[in-house]
Amino acid sequence: MFDISLWDIVRNLLLAARWTVLLSLVAFICGGIAGLAVLFARVSAFPWLRRAMGWYIELFQGTPLLMQLFLCFFGLSLVGIELSPWEAAALSLTLFASAFLGEIWRGCVEAVPKGQWEASSALAMGYFQQMRYVVLPQAMRLAVAPTVGFSVQLIKGTAVTSIIGFIELTKAGTMITNATFRPFTVYGLVAVFYFCLCYPLSLLARRLERKLHAAR
Amino acid sequence: MPLVELAAIWKSFGQNPVLKGIDLTVEEGQVIAMIGRSGSGKSTLLRSINGLERIDDGTILIDGEKIGSKDADLRTLRLQVGMVFQQFNLFPHLSARENVMLAPMVVKKASRKAAGALADAMLAKVGLSDRAGHYPDQLSGGQQQRVAIARSLAMEPRVLLCDEVTSALDPELVNEVLAVVRQLAKEGMTLIMVTHEMRFAREVCDKLVFMHQGRIHEEGSPAELFSAPKTPELAQFIGLVEAAG
Repeated sequence: MFDISLWDIVRNLLLAARWTVLLSLVAFICGGIAGLAVLFARVSAFPWLRRAMGWYIELFQGTPLLMQLFLCFFGLSLVGIELSPWEAAALSLTLFASAFLGEIWRGCVEAVPKGQWEASSALAMGYFQQMRYVVLPQAMRLAVAPTVGFSVQLIKGTAVTSIIGFIELTKAGTMITNATFRPFTVYGLVAVFYFCLCYPLSLLARRLERKLHAAR
Repeated sequence: MPLVELAAIWKSFGQNPVLKGIDLTVEEGQVIAMIGRSGSGKSTLLRSINGLERIDDGTILIDGEKIGSKDADLRTLRLQVGMVFQQFNLFPHLSARENVMLAPMVVKKASRKAAGALADAMLAKVGLSDRAGHYPDQLSGGQQQRVAIARSLAMEPRVLLCDEVTSALDPELVNEVLAVVRQLAKEGMTLIMVTHEMRFAREVCDKLVFMHQGRIHEEGSPAELFSAPKTPELAQFIGLVEAAG
């Protein structure tokens, strides 16, 4: 039997970690863009749109990410849309992120005092002008820390995509374990990798929170 | 033709009527103060004039033109009617100068240069040229309120609404703001204000409006109303205020 060294394990995990990072980035960026749409729908003047988007958010916050992933991967193939594991993973994490980010940002927009809306209304500004120049710049300060905090959740969330065969950090760990029979070493290393990805972000979120709150 | 004409304005909050058929006309250049107890509807009336409160019934004419409740109508209205708030409501993420520049640039599409020059002129008018680069949280309450006035003036409104503009200020800061308002009145600006500063109202106003339980209970020149109130409610209100002040 050929020998698999510790370095081999680390090297293969490192290669797989690229996919975890890429998937997280795609989900975060696409989810952020979709989350903006969710935000605007949630604070819009149309009650039906607010309600519909409320249900969308409930759906993604009220079901496990794993089920959402299964529905994207297996469910869509039933109706004739065949997605690769990578596409299904990116799609379901994007939807998941959009629901959470949209709701986090809605809270931040609503935390901007009513007087800001009134003052900008009184200056004859229209809705999108108020959002663009007055409300969002203030809401963004509030949003930075929880948004970075959510990105940590998202990175850890990518682990479930291993179930549908997408080869990222966790899946790679499983495969290496099957070849080496050293689960403790391998999964220990996988955990260290996740920690190295997430901990800096957690630290950043905490620092930003302190800084941006002290400034006001 | 009056500049502002309100006819039969009704407004309720839920089951609670706060304005019960208000008629009021304001001529160009007039300075009007609305007085009355809290809850008498004076702030609601003021906020109705620029559409921050939607009225249930009645008509608002600005310069003879009827204002509807559509968003586009409201924006046309607000180009004519500026407002200064009790809590200043400056934009905290912008400097004093940027606060003044924003609406001319965004709403009127003024160039950055033109808006900057306008802002400098307006800040000079309220005596704050040396504070242009300061952010709201670096300014005193009186200074913030003067920036808020400059911000409204930069839109060149025909009427300025002042909603208890000195009520949130420490006593020693009241006068710097009143001095600016007094100067505006002298320059012929049309002003409608809700105020608790009776001495100031008596001094600068052309017309005093006493609101009581959602109606205009009495109106007239300050001299008339203060020396010979016709209704016991006004007499009592003046008595209360003078006893307190």
